[in-house]
Amino acid sequence: MYRYDEFDHQFVQARVAQFSDQVERRLAGEITEDQFRPLRLMNGVYLQLHAYMLRIAVPYGTLSSKQLRMLAHIARKYDKGYGHFTTRQNIQFNWPALSDVPAILADLASVEMHAIQTSGNCIRNVTADHFAGAAADEAADPRPYAEILRQWSSVHPEFSYLPRKFKIAVTGSERDRAAIQTHDIGLHLKKNAAGELGFAVYVGGGQGRTPLVAKKIRDFLPEQHLLSYCTAILRVYNLYGRRDNKYKARIKILVHETGVEEFTRQVDAEWGELKDGELTLPEADIKAIDAYFAPPALPARPEGDEAIKLARLDSRSFSEWLDQNVVTHRNPDYAAVTISLKGIGEVPGDASDSQMDAVADLAEKYAFDEVRVSHEQNLILPHVARADLKAIYDRLAEIGLATANSDLISDIIACPGLDYCALANARSIIVAQNISKRFASLERQRDIGELKLKISGCINACGHHHVGHIGILGVEKKGAELYQVTLGGSADEHTSVGEIIGRGFGPDEITDAIETVVETYLAIRLDRSEKFLDAYRRVGPAPFKEALYAGEAKAA
Amino acid sequence: MKILTANRLTDGEAVWYAGGAWAETIDSSELAADKAAEERLETIGAASFAANEVVDVNLIDVDVVDGAIHPLRLRERIRAAGPTNRNDLGKQARPNAA
Repeated sequence: MYRYDEFDHQFVQARVAQFSDQVERRLAGEITEDQFRPLRLMNGVYLQLHAYMLRIAVPYGTLSSKQLRMLAHIARKYDKGYGHFTTRQNIQFNWPALSDVPAILADLASVEMHAIQTSGNCIRNVTADHFAGAAADEAADPRPYAEILRQWSSVHPEFSYLPRKFKIAVTGSERDRAAIQTHDIGLHLKKNAAGELGFAVYVGGGQGRTPLVAKKIRDFLPEQHLLSYCTAILRVYNLYGRRDNKYKARIKILVHETGVEEFTRQVDAEWGELKDGELTLPEADIKAIDAYFAPPALPARPEGDEAIKLARLDSRSFSEWLDQNVVTHRNPDYAAVTISLKGIGEVPGDASDSQMDAVADLAEKYAFDEVRVSHEQNLILPHVARADLKAIYDRLAEIGLATANSDLISDIIACPGLDYCALANARSIIVAQNISKRFASLERQRDIGELKLKISGCINACGHHHVGHIGILGVEKKGAELYQVTLGGSADEHTSVGEIIGRGFGPDEITDAIETVVETYLAIRLDRSEKFLDAYRRVGPAPFKEALYAGEAKAA
Repeated sequence: MKILTANRLTDGEAVWYAGGAWAETIDSSELAADKAAEERLETIGAASFAANEVVDVNLIDVDVVDGAIHPLRLRERIRAAGPTNRNDLGKQARPNAA
């Protein structure tokens, strides 16, 4: 893991001192809300319905046990005993008092964490594949580059007041688990024929009210040019991105309105001025950052196969969990584990202080002290000996985190929605809970197979509904909640935006509607190997529309 | 009818204007039944905002049913009670909550 150097420590501590002073002056009435609001947002403090909300950065979703324990401590001491892991691999606390925020930030700084650039029109937390460094299909670990981008973008003087927020995601695998094509810049780290590392560069993806899939503007950018090329993109955006209309200010609109060819030409022209200059990454610097992410020494643990064989015979629930939540590691004695924060009927992404402590203990004991936060709102133990899986499972079962539903219909992404969020128009959590309960049977879920269901409580799409295989968007219509269903979205290497299937459904109808969609899929699929998304792409919306709305047409 | 609501500066607590002060529950909110009363509440809200007591000050629409104040928008009903998915949080979790 990356460790702060002296500069990082001073930088974060200086920011804590600065913001503490700003909070103190605000509470003393020396600065107005209008003056304070941008300052608090720069430090991750929002005002929500019930209280302030503090969003803490988890760079590229990587946490140590010590850091996770600190999050548990904050939940216990300053909040209400839980935290909410977000679709940007961050964590949010929903109830902190403004007067406690300086103390929280000081506690975070003590474990090399902060809340800087988790809001505002700047480059936000850089996200990455949650299996980075562990995945068997990876060209290289993307996190060193995410860290380089983090260092470059932190309080970058030129890019702190962009037209709008800016999100970068990095993956090191062909199979995209970081949803890079839904980001302002998506980077796919890969090797060329000569074995050199570089990036396919995607620009202009995003969700919100205008969902657009990113366009690839360069197939192979040699790694040393990462910062000069990103700077060129940001400069073009900063110059031409719209500032007159908040809803048209993201780079996706600029790319769309300019056209990919012309936009690429502008970026290349700007890059021509920057290329091979001071932003070129020296090999020694890349290596120095790389060294922080050196994989843990993984001792041979060949006893895993036998141990698992026996444990499978002993426990069906362990066996199901193994099939669903455990993925192949690059080292055959090891595996990566998804800890589902989607227990049946639970709030997607929420974890209690004691659960966080327990996961931190597990990571320390069995997983080389490393935990990841996935953008799908689960926790990951990236490096676990297969021989230890049963012990981990048993402990997860004790703390209520052993639900074997990774990638199944109850593994729902949901934003906080109207239960917390000041921007929301409808509730998300309760919809997720009801659907989760309806499909509680694991047997049924496994029969349905991979199905990514994503729910947003407003068009800002924090719940990624546009790219759900099934997406649900909550809106407010005539003072009531209404849920619009989209089908066929995906956020992988074949990213697509879902299509609205028809009129929306009320809160009491939406669970039935989703069940109808699922039953329709089960009826039309060629066989069990044809996943929901593949079936939808084969047949299109017609049978789903028919199933959802045909009765109405006849009645009318 | 309208009432005046805001969040307290120090801790973000949702509050409603009631009889000369900000209350942590909606029950005793001062009702504005006409334009003049609304303007009076708005003036009070603006002064309290300027005095750094509260932020995000708004007049909201309510009905009074059997003497109880019901905000028209779900958003405001959730602010007044707490998250609908967890009745152990927010105002609804407090000992004196109905």
